[in-house]
Amino acid sequence: MRLEARDRVSRVAAIGAPLGAVVATLVISALLVRWAGAPVLASFGALLQGGFGSRFALAETLTRATPLIFTGLAAAVAFRARFFNIGAEGQLYLGALAAVAVGGQLGGALDLPSPVLFVAMLIAAALAGSLWLAIAAVLRTRLAVDEVVTTLLTNFVVLLFVSWMLDGPMKDPTAMGWPQSVSLPAELELTKVIERTRLHSGFVLALLCALALWALSKFTAFGFEARAVGANAQAARFAGIRVDATVVKTALISGALAGLAGAVEVAGRTGYVTLDMSPGYGYAGIVVAMLAALHPLAVVPAAIFIAGMFVGADSMSRAVGVPTYIADVIVAVALLAVLVATQIVRYRVRWT
Amino acid sequence: MEPVLRLTGITKRFGALVANDAISLALGAGEVLALLGENGAGKSTLVSILFGHYVAEEGTVEAFGKPLPAGDPAAALAAGIGMVHQHFTLADSLTVLENVMLGTEPLWRPRSRFAAARARLADIAARFGLAVHANAPVGSLSVGEQQRVEILKALYRGARILILDEPTAVLTPQESGKLFSTLQQFVAAGLAVIFISHKLDEVMAVADRVAVLRAGRLVADVARSTTNKAQLAQWMVGRALAPAPARSARPPGPVVLQLDDVHVNVAGRPPLRGASLEVASGEIVAIAGVAGNGQATLADLLFGLASPASGTVRLDGSVYAAHPHGVIGAGVARVPADRRGLGSVGELSLWENAAIERVRSRRFARAGLLRRSEMRAFGRELVGRFDVRGPGLPDGPGLDAPASQLSGGNLQKLILGRALSIGRQTGGKARLIVADQPTWGLDVGAVAAIHARLIGAREDGDAVLVISEDLDEIFALADRIAVINHGRFIETRAASDWTLAELGLAMAGRRA
Repeated sequence: MRLEARDRVSRVAAIGAPLGAVVATLVISALLVRWAGAPVLASFGALLQGGFGSRFALAETLTRATPLIFTGLAAAVAFRARFFNIGAEGQLYLGALAAVAVGGQLGGALDLPSPVLFVAMLIAAALAGSLWLAIAAVLRTRLAVDEVVTTLLTNFVVLLFVSWMLDGPMKDPTAMGWPQSVSLPAELELTKVIERTRLHSGFVLALLCALALWALSKFTAFGFEARAVGANAQAARFAGIRVDATVVKTALISGALAGLAGAVEVAGRTGYVTLDMSPGYGYAGIVVAMLAALHPLAVVPAAIFIAGMFVGADSMSRAVGVPTYIADVIVAVALLAVLVATQIVRYRVRWT
Repeated sequence: MEPVLRLTGITKRFGALVANDAISLALGAGEVLALLGENGAGKSTLVSILFGHYVAEEGTVEAFGKPLPAGDPAAALAAGIGMVHQHFTLADSLTVLENVMLGTEPLWRPRSRFAAARARLADIAARFGLAVHANAPVGSLSVGEQQRVEILKALYRGARILILDEPTAVLTPQESGKLFSTLQQFVAAGLAVIFISHKLDEVMAVADRVAVLRAGRLVADVARSTTNKAQLAQWMVGRALAPAPARSARPPGPVVLQLDDVHVNVAGRPPLRGASLEVASGEIVAIAGVAGNGQATLADLLFGLASPASGTVRLDGSVYAAHPHGVIGAGVARVPADRRGLGSVGELSLWENAAIERVRSRRFARAGLLRRSEMRAFGRELVGRFDVRGPGLPDGPGLDAPASQLSGGNLQKLILGRALSIGRQTGGKARLIVADQPTWGLDVGAVAAIHARLIGAREDGDAVLVISEDLDEIFALADRIAVINHGRFIETRAASDWTLAELGLAMAGRRA
């Protein structure tokens, strides 16, 4: 058996493949739901109802999607340039910590007007993620150290650092001994977009970031260079593009987006940093980016889909007794199905 | 005489392209059949089907009277078909003997039977006059010797039909001569040989019978004695060849590029060791040499991908830049050998590839924002001016198609066009043109177009440096020929002062 490249990608296949992926995902998850002994249609109904079926469900899904959009964009922009940032989780925590340090601690000491403080808080979070990832980027470009290894492993360093901060310099003295940071002042918290839900304006900020990233890639010389480097670094170098500088700049953007994810979570949802504030948003962002085929605008629906599955699975498990892990399975199957579908569009299988 | 190999009605399609169109051929014992055709005519596809790498849509292969199962290289080997690929399939770190034995022994045998194998190898080598050191690591051998190992490998496995895919591409003229006499010994011993080539001289020198392929069709199958070069050329190309473009006799102008005792090391490549050379305005200097003598490193140096460890490189008297962007900025036009890996970004569109070398120039970007319409207009202009052809070109949606969809010849025209437009940003012309294997693998039409451009640049006063492994190309283009051997230029003369034999000796490292 081998794969042969197709000469031309037909329009039917290009449109049909994603639909096929959705069908494959539904069929495989249906089999699992059956295996768990639950009625398939009712389970899927509960899943959709819980994820998207009401104002509250939708708001909850979009709230969950917000950090995923940021980390998805962080992965998409880096992967496009073949810089494999697996460290968005760590950058998210550092962003969150920096947001609290500037907005909560420094802001309290300096007495700045809150709009200025708000912007400073976001910049601090972006810089924290950015500079942290810059270390891995410089190691890669100067010493050819594999960024997959460095970004993945430094996640754990970051978590330990956060743990120390939450038990030490940034510990909230009023938290009855719980390891959590001081809180942001209320005037720095993001406003709610929909009344009586948790959806905050961070979601709007995420959409703006997706749009900005798309424009950056399409309309700027830097975006062009990053695409060329990602597609063929050798040829890009031959054509006079400074490949190392492009990779470092890309890493700065990627880290900034992951850092913003942390700031937006703190300012929009939690108000302070805890060690369990992210259920793996940094890693899930990679799945979001792959599902979106690394396209900045497609990151938004991909993030909403994944968030919807997780939110929906919670209520499905309450309704029909299927374990919530089904959401993990559905997301994983969807990712695999989409990856397989994109390959089938470009290659045909030859049995020999 | 009963043929040892018979192909009947072989048809193979790749999408819309018919690579082989109902080809029927027979090969007799004791015969050398030359398979002649341009690149892309379907020669390699045909032998790949024969050897089981591809499966034909229609047609059958019979070896020694028995049908050969399709798509099964092991069966082809067992039937006595041996293949010597253009790119060798040898393990550099193993010895000659180990390479020859590789894959011939059952896996469950605890020890290799070296003694018996060594005796058998020596026997075969003696019978055909293919002397090799059985214990030498293959990596230490010359290219000609490695090819000998490939042939021995096939014979060791009991091949009675030997297929050689463009075997002379990597050899000096002398080594080629030696190979031809070896082939004569094969056929005298009753073996049959298929010899793939696009060079008329060697086909006339070595073949008993010539089969000519053009665009997937068998257009002629004749005895060598009944044909001649002109007729073969006509069959191969399908029309009479256009005369070479005119060139004026003119003295070269001032020196543009100057290499003085340059040493360069590039990981994984043969280095330059003390190379000295001058290229002047209004002349074409061609670098001749056996592959692997430092040509690739020389190209890297002039492309800005490598910098000298010692010695000096000067362009118009100033130090040569050590980065591609510096070299581009100095107005050097560069055409790399690897047009898909280095010369273009396959995923990007034609117009993006056209503008990529100057994407930060004021013409294509202001304040970091791309001027996409300028870039597209430039791409369209190049496509028109350099006759780049493809679906949706020049005025359709083809400009937006990824560059990977262009054929090799059309991609090369685009790259050459991009390179030649470099020096024109200030109204001047390219001062130095560096072209590495500019027509490798291209059809005759594209070769003629590219040669005409290079000669035209020379007429306009540009300094042109061409690195080529194709001696026909070198003699067609060069004013002067410099021979590179072990990383240095051992002799440079006017092209008219070289004979083919002298050039061959020099390429092999002997000073004439």
